[in-house]
Amino acid sequence: MTLEAKELSTEKLVLNFGPSHPATHGTLRVVMEIDGEVVTKVTPEIGFLHCGFEKLGEHLDYNQYITVTDRMNYLSPMCNNVAFALAAEKLLDIEVPRRARYIRVFMCELSRIADHVLQIGMQAVDIGAFTVFLYGFRLRERIYDLFELACGARLTTSYTRVGGLMRDLPDTFIPAARELLDRVPATIKEIDGLLTHNRIWLDRTRDIGAISHDDAISYGLTGPVARASGVDYDLRVKEPYSSYEDFDFDVIIGKNGDVYDRYLVRLNEIQESMKICRQVLEKLPGGPVNVDADSKYILPPRDEMLNSIEGLIHHFMITMENRGLTPPVGEAYVPTESPNGELGYFLVSDGGREPYRVRTRPPSLINYSAFPAMMENMTVSDTVAILGSLNVIAGELDR
Amino acid sequence: MLPKDQLAVVIKDKFPDSFLEITDFRDMLTIHIRGAKVLDLLRTLKTDPRFAFNFLADITAVDHLGTGGHARFAVVYHLLNQYEAQRIVIRAWVDEEHPSLPSVCPLWKTADWQEREVYDLFGIEFSGHPDLRRIMNPDDFQYHPLRKDYPLQGRGERSNFPVIKRCIGSKWQEEKSLE
Repeated sequence: MTLEAKELSTEKLVLNFGPSHPATHGTLRVVMEIDGEVVTKVTPEIGFLHCGFEKLGEHLDYNQYITVTDRMNYLSPMCNNVAFALAAEKLLDIEVPRRARYIRVFMCELSRIADHVLQIGMQAVDIGAFTVFLYGFRLRERIYDLFELACGARLTTSYTRVGGLMRDLPDTFIPAARELLDRVPATIKEIDGLLTHNRIWLDRTRDIGAISHDDAISYGLTGPVARASGVDYDLRVKEPYSSYEDFDFDVIIGKNGDVYDRYLVRLNEIQESMKICRQVLEKLPGGPVNVDADSKYILPPRDEMLNSIEGLIHHFMITMENRGLTPPVGEAYVPTESPNGELGYFLVSDGGREPYRVRTRPPSLINYSAFPAMMENMTVSDTVAILGSLNVIAGELDR
Repeated sequence: MLPKDQLAVVIKDKFPDSFLEITDFRDMLTIHIRGAKVLDLLRTLKTDPRFAFNFLADITAVDHLGTGGHARFAVVYHLLNQYEAQRIVIRAWVDEEHPSLPSVCPLWKTADWQEREVYDLFGIEFSGHPDLRRIMNPDDFQYHPLRKDYPLQGRGERSNFPVIKRCIGSKWQEEKSLE
């Protein structure tokens, strides 16, 4: 019974991936049209986690909305807090003290380390290597311990305030941070040793999901995904915010734009973030972490509020319903370099205590929109490798 | 990039009928223009070497119901010149009756999803868009929730959700005996 190959009839199959699939890390749905093992057409469907954060923002005041920003990119909530505070401060035209700016940089870079180790780990789990995830997660837990030390929460940090920070660092923070930074190189070494020259890892990631330099710009890609394609644009260097210009670090650029280059960019960025963190600890100035309380942008010190009538009035002025921060009519946008790419809050004020419009520029959504282009001529098993490399966070994707 | 006053002259020369104004608030330069000409304006800003805004960072919209402005909706484009790290904002104003303006998909592929999002949440149509469907809300959803006349609580969507009763074991027996 011999059958010539040409007599075999083939047909295209439609394969549904997600929305609830262990490798999607969130609620993503991808409808794939497959011809054998090769994917011929990809239609991503999103919006399963749409919770109307932007609508909600029009009904919360500027400080209240910081708690909502935690829930967007929940792998790096500190970066969201900082991005939102920067936009609101630009709208109000206030400059926070140097110490607050440095601490914000430190927290952002710690978030970047936490995000990147977790991303590399999760991607490795998706394509079959479990150990890396454990090493990465161990470091991430230590970083979250530091966040807990600074602000009392591990995930929903809400550490920034418009005009400064929730509170200054405790005395135990700096030694703990130094100890943590000493642990980072070992983790990088472990990940590097397990993956960089791993034959299986190379086979699964090299030349997979490649996107060219021009396409990366056309698709609006930012962050490690764009830099892996050779786009030399890091907002920390090109449009420095929050005193990033004081620190010395390299921007990691890839060449091929495939999944492997994204991994290398992220791995090396951990190293650079560590460098920035060490510089912050060296240079960290003293002084307050909030703007002057007399400026009426932040709450007064607690004992002043409890023990003096002026302090109580001040507290009242900020917290009561018809008072609070009222920026002038106008709009502001501050782009920041979050672990996923350009994150910015576009705030429109009509002069009230609540923003008229809060727009998040979501790097996850815009990076994910290039997913169909990356999937061209890829196989079904590459889907998870590419999805993992984009680090799509559903909370930020759908908002 | 050209300084602000020169930029205003150049844009005004090119788009005499559509140009509205240029504003500058907190170092953010904004060109206001009528929606119909936005594709031509963005093409000029992208291809003209004096501007070279090669990167479209963001598309969003603002509903100016009740605050005044040139029209009800403003579609906001954030452009970035990656060579000089310069940013500019374009505000394309569209009317309430026929909120429609040309799609910028031919210039940047990233416009695809972002315009779908604006269409979904604001109900502004983009003519020439290859695949204008809802992206966040379900396809059969009736409203555009980020419009200012749409209430925060929704219009009965939540109260009309079908509720599935979840009870097992002895509780289930009780429920069943009650029926």
